[in-house]
Amino acid sequence: MKRVYKLDEIDCPNCAAKLERAITKVDGVKNAGINFFAQKLTVEIEDDRFDEVIENVIKTVARQQPGCKVVTQQ
Amino acid sequence: MSTKHKKMLCRILVSAAIFGAAAILEGAQIIKNEYLYILMLLAAYFTAGWDILWHAVLNICRGKIFDENFLMAIATVGAVFVGEYPEAVFVMIFYQVGELFQSIAVGKSRRSISSLMQLRPDSAVVERDGSAVTVDPFEVKVGEIIIVRPGEKIPLDGIIIQGSSYINTVALTGESIPADAKEGDSVLSGCINMSSLIRVKVSKPFSESTVSKILELVENSTANKAKSENFITRFARVYTPVVVICALVLAVIGPLVTGAADAQVWKSWVYRAMSFLVVSCPCALVISVPMTFFSGIGGMSKNGVLIKGSNYIETLSKCDTAVLDKTGTLTTGKIMVTKVYCQDGCDEKQLIRLADICESASTHPIAAAIRNYCGSQSSGGAEKIEELAGYGVHAVIDGSDVYAGNARLMEKIGVNYIKCTDAGSYVYIARQNEYLGCIVLSDTIKNESKAAIDALKGCGVGRIVMLTGDNNIIAADVAQKLGIDEYYSQLLPSDKVAKTEQLLKGKTGGRLAFIGDGINDAPVLARADIGIAMGGLGSDAAIEAADVVLMDDNPLKIALAVKAARRTVKIVKQNIVFVLAVKIAILILVALGAAGMWAAVFADVGVAVIAILNAMRAMRVKQKL
Repeated sequence: MKRVYKLDEIDCPNCAAKLERAITKVDGVKNAGINFFAQKLTVEIEDDRFDEVIENVIKTVARQQPGCKVVTQQ
Repeated sequence: MSTKHKKMLCRILVSAAIFGAAAILEGAQIIKNEYLYILMLLAAYFTAGWDILWHAVLNICRGKIFDENFLMAIATVGAVFVGEYPEAVFVMIFYQVGELFQSIAVGKSRRSISSLMQLRPDSAVVERDGSAVTVDPFEVKVGEIIIVRPGEKIPLDGIIIQGSSYINTVALTGESIPADAKEGDSVLSGCINMSSLIRVKVSKPFSESTVSKILELVENSTANKAKSENFITRFARVYTPVVVICALVLAVIGPLVTGAADAQVWKSWVYRAMSFLVVSCPCALVISVPMTFFSGIGGMSKNGVLIKGSNYIETLSKCDTAVLDKTGTLTTGKIMVTKVYCQDGCDEKQLIRLADICESASTHPIAAAIRNYCGSQSSGGAEKIEELAGYGVHAVIDGSDVYAGNARLMEKIGVNYIKCTDAGSYVYIARQNEYLGCIVLSDTIKNESKAAIDALKGCGVGRIVMLTGDNNIIAADVAQKLGIDEYYSQLLPSDKVAKTEQLLKGKTGGRLAFIGDGINDAPVLARADIGIAMGGLGSDAAIEAADVVLMDDNPLKIALAVKAARRTVKIVKQNIVFVLAVKIAILILVALGAAGMWAAVFADVGVAVIAILNAMRAMRVKQKL
């Protein structure tokens, strides 16, 4: 399942790149990409574990970039 | 400026005020107490940089030592330890100012780039149960009726069921002249309704509407990364550790070489090492390249040129061969009357009137073209019309027999006609036994095609090849008119692929672009180094198959895209060279002791801001060629 989220308060592209690498490593995430300019996070997650995995993704974002939030689903 | 920026600005100002006060009091010998002075400086230091220190502590706990917060913290704390208090405060303040600038610049460019793509409609007015309701475009279903008032954006693709208006497609195509739309015409989301209210029956859900497709394409374009973008990301990953290791080496080896016993020497080397840490943040590098590509993509999309990724900008910039399909790309693809030959004693008006009447009953494209040319002012007037299959038409007009058709018809009725040799199809016309003249019809060359070919040649695309399925006479004619030296005619779609492959094999160096209308040349679009589809507006096939989509069917946009791509790549190169040169120069100066932490801070944040400003230039795509 592919979902797009909006990321808030992500100011530095290097941080975005680091965050992208970290999210890709989360168990259950097939693919992740951050468009720094559009402030968008696109994640592809295994269908049957979606809720569990997305929670871990949100936790990862909070841990990696304090202040950065996953805001809305689009 | 957002609230966050304002808060930061306040902190910086307060910190700077404390710093300034401390410096003045110290300078004027008002505070005699050394400790009070240091205390004031520390207060300024913490006001400016407490969040950086706090993040640094968090990062140490997580073992992330190459984080920029951590590096800044170490650098300034290091400066404090070697007794450079004012330096530490100044660097912290300047770093925060730079970060603030950078954040504002990023926000600003984000907004201006996304304003280029301000296509997404916020709401749709839909008719439900007899009243108009404003809803999110996502909620509108296929088949529902939406109301679009003048000045509003059309939110979903659909067909006009009531009203007529001018539609402005500038947001999609860059073309500012509005187009007519009336009942029964389909309209595309993202266009602006100019003159009067229209009711539109929705034909596609929002997620499949043109505007969503285009936005998705542009927003996902950052996924296809250019080589220089990947290079810079990889470079940034090794850059920080290398600079940090160099700093360690400086701090340890430096004093050992120049005299370890002297505390002053140690201090000097540690100070240099700390300055190294300040320069070690790779942000300027990481931001400058993708930002340039993104603003290039944004600028081009404003002009109706959609690019599916920065890698295609790179390829397009290297393009030196353009292979163009004829029909639909250089020509309009519609048959039109291009010439009328009249015999003596017969004027053109009379000839076309007869032709018009003869063709008034036929549905053949040639007949339609003739009717169109005449403006069909005289339908009727024939006593009898019969179609002669394979020959043409026989009609009785004003009591005399009129024949309109091909050369075989003229031979059949035994009229002495003059054979036409122009490129195109012909309709010969005879009355009774007298030959009156001939109408020449052909696929017409677009008005912009000649200028487009010249512009391509002018921007360094040296080799231009035209491919067509038409016969040699037509191909030669079009090629000659447009100034194309190389053309291949009578090609089946599969031959076009073979020909393109042959051209690809035969070339060295630059890249080959294929430009087609995306209708039956998808395989060629895919095979070429870069496939450019014309007239993408409303054609899903073209948007799917190509790497670059020209939204309207104006061939001038090809040269515009090539030029914009070259300019974007040039700015990327400028940024890479500029950022690396400044960083390396300052690292060397710092290592030699010729530059202090002040210069180091400039190399970090100052350079980033300059690179961002430079990147923004890529957004301005010159309309003039």
